Amino acid sequence: MLENLDALLLARIQFAFTVSFHFFFPAFSIGLASYLAVLEGLWLKTGKSVYLDLFKYWLKIFAIAFAMGVVSGIVMSYQFGTNWSVFSDKAGPVIGPLMAYEVLTAFFLEAGFLGVMLFGMNKVGKKLHFAATLMVALGTFVSAFWILSVNSWMQTPTGYFVAENGQFMPGDSWTAIIFNPSFPYRLVHTVMAAYLTTAFVVGAVGAWHLLKDKANPHARTMFSMAMWMAAIVTPAQIFAGDMHGLNTLEHQPAKVMAMEGHFQSHPDGAPLILFGIPDSEAKEVRYAIEIPKFSSLILKHDLDAPLAGLDTIPDDEEPPVGTVFWSFRVMVGIGFAMLGIGLWSLWGRVRGKLYDMSWLHRAAVLMGPSGFAAVLAGWITTEVGRQPYVIYGVLRTADAASPLDAPAVAASLLAFILVYFTVFGIGVWYILKLMGKAPHAGEYGVKRGDTGPIRTAGITPGPTQNPLGDETLPTHGPSEKEPV
Amino acid sequence: MDLTVIWAFIIAFAVFAYVVMDGFDLGIGILFPAFAAGRERDRAMNSIAPVWDGNETWLVLGGGGLFAAFPLAYAVILPATYPLIIAMLLGLVFRGVAFEYRWRDPGHQAFWDKAFTGGSFVAALAQGMTLGALLQGIEVEGRAYAGSWWDWLTPYTLLTGLGTVAGYALLGASWLIWKLDGEEQAHARKLAIRWGAATIVLMGAVSLYNIALNADYAARWLSAPEVYWVAPVPILTAIVALSMLRAILKDRNSKPFWLGIALFFLGMSGLGVTIWPYAVPEALTIWDAAAPERSQIFMLVGVAITLPLIIGYTAWAYWVFRGKVADEGYH
Repeated sequence: MLENLDALLLARIQFAFTVSFHFFFPAFSIGLASYLAVLEGLWLKTGKSVYLDLFKYWLKIFAIAFAMGVVSGIVMSYQFGTNWSVFSDKAGPVIGPLMAYEVLTAFFLEAGFLGVMLFGMNKVGKKLHFAATLMVALGTFVSAFWILSVNSWMQTPTGYFVAENGQFMPGDSWTAIIFNPSFPYRLVHTVMAAYLTTAFVVGAVGAWHLLKDKANPHARTMFSMAMWMAAIVTPAQIFAGDMHGLNTLEHQPAKVMAMEGHFQSHPDGAPLILFGIPDSEAKEVRYAIEIPKFSSLILKHDLDAPLAGLDTIPDDEEPPVGTVFWSFRVMVGIGFAMLGIGLWSLWGRVRGKLYDMSWLHRAAVLMGPSGFAAVLAGWITTEVGRQPYVIYGVLRTADAASPLDAPAVAASLLAFILVYFTVFGIGVWYILKLMGKAPHAGEYGVKRGDTGPIRTAGITPGPTQNPLGDETLPTHGPSEKEPV
Repeated sequence: MDLTVIWAFIIAFAVFAYVVMDGFDLGIGILFPAFAAGRERDRAMNSIAPVWDGNETWLVLGGGGLFAAFPLAYAVILPATYPLIIAMLLGLVFRGVAFEYRWRDPGHQAFWDKAFTGGSFVAALAQGMTLGALLQGIEVEGRAYAGSWWDWLTPYTLLTGLGTVAGYALLGASWLIWKLDGEEQAHARKLAIRWGAATIVLMGAVSLYNIALNADYAARWLSAPEVYWVAPVPILTAIVALSMLRAILKDRNSKPFWLGIALFFLGMSGLGVTIWPYAVPEALTIWDAAAPERSQIFMLVGVAITLPLIIGYTAWAYWVFRGKVADEGYH
């Protein structure tokens, strides 16, 4: 029994580790693919080379991030079978088709057009190339659609029945499964989070180069674009998050109780606990700083509305309160910090000093990785908050694992940790190195062949496509000399 | 019409598409140490840089499709081949990032070239051994894998693993015959002959081993009347194998590659004949493992609409990058 528990815990750590690592890359590439499409579209529309330069600057970074996303994503598609075979067998008939749709409508689309996006501009012409960029961006979104539908179904399962052999079977309507109750909220909240993550990375890179040279037109353009995102999308995201929370209250009340730290029920108005240390043993939040009745106001829009607490939930159905309580606060805290940056930038814009406010730039650099932290914290909140269930209310995590021995899971976990930290750590280092270089006129695309003095390739433009980039072109590599 | 049979063919198609398409990518990785650092390696890698990602996606369709269409088979096979699957995934991590990293960091290009080869080799070997572990049979109790830890490691699985490595190297070399020219093409030809011969020998060895492995397999291939139905497979295989070696020697451009694919097609057909109608030999038929009809229909609609589109734009992407890699006269 103890052995089983160990294997289970290790399998959970392994899934949490691989999925968390993986999540960073799509969170970035969903937003970045759209940003690249916007940049290329603006270039085609206005003909301004600054957009093309920025497109190529970020394309190099996208290529690395996307590669890391792909290889860490393939791991995920097999983790279900290797570590969660009972879950796979039982839930396969319902969620398997949604994941198959993700492969068919999203993964192929991204991967099929990625090659043209990275290397094909001189081969297919501007418009077809833009179409390829749009397809990659669309693919990243469609991928989010399906995988979040799957995740949401596991959180709020609908439209299924359980067959005699224990398998979950699809009911009459697939829309009831796909558009399960938490899906629309989760989709909007997560995709906006991905956009914000990218916006803050772009903003940080822009700010970094503004701090070095506030006249750099490329840095100005990307910083301004990112700050518009911060100012407009952050409030929308906070609103969406609130809606998502209300939806969770309806379908997974125990998760909200853990988020709020409500161990006890409050029949006439629950307090909003800002900070404190949840103590699951004593069933109380120690040293709590709270605003009376405010939680009822947020969750029920009524100061005196009663709110049930974890005392109404059997102990063996409670999620780990401390983790959920803290990860939720990290997410919300970052969200408001993002809002602060957005408002600060608006103020700077109104005063016409957006590019001169070095303290704003410093803050933006500091906030560069904040989106990743917020995404991870939000993910932990929702995933740990639905424990002890893997399919909420119907299949416990403990009953879903593969019949594996602890040493096997431990060994593979160790291998994943070593490989991921080294390989992805190095990849992030390469990305940071690229970001450290100032974007400039005549920016090159993805290089393929640097054995000679200056060999550029990929989407290196010909003279008509980029009047500023006129360096000698390569003698080999999948690149072409002639513009189309 | 039996949906389960249709789905078995769809999965088989996805696996076949993966094996030949990522097969030549992995093959180039396996052959990488044989290429001279610099121009030859750069060109070899550039020949697949725009397409490898799409090629690898077929693996996700194979795995994801198996999960969706035959969840029980997925839930049994993956725990049974656990170390192989993990090794394959980690191998693919190194192989995949090497495509980007080797250009990013010239100081460590030699290291990432090794990672490219190591990752490709481990992934190919693990895939071949997984195939072997499936063919030799998996112990099932109830709805779960019931075998031991090292069931996947036998002389037979090592043989199928090496056969896959050789076959991928053959595909990689024949792809390069098509995409390269001059001395580099001549080098690819030499490699293709060597690995082609190895592939043929190992395919023969696996076939004979299959017959020795299991009485049902032997009956399928050796007893009347089945033998009349299945005999064309080995005969065609022999013809294709010889024409392929001839095409490699006779200065053909794309023909060795297409015949290499035909060889893989026949090899996989042979394996299909061998295990039919089992998803897990002797334990679970495709009908035992199949998802319910409602799931099959829902996905079939998706496949019917998207698969032609996928094949269409994939073909387009290959067309965009057609011809010799960076050949001056190639437009």
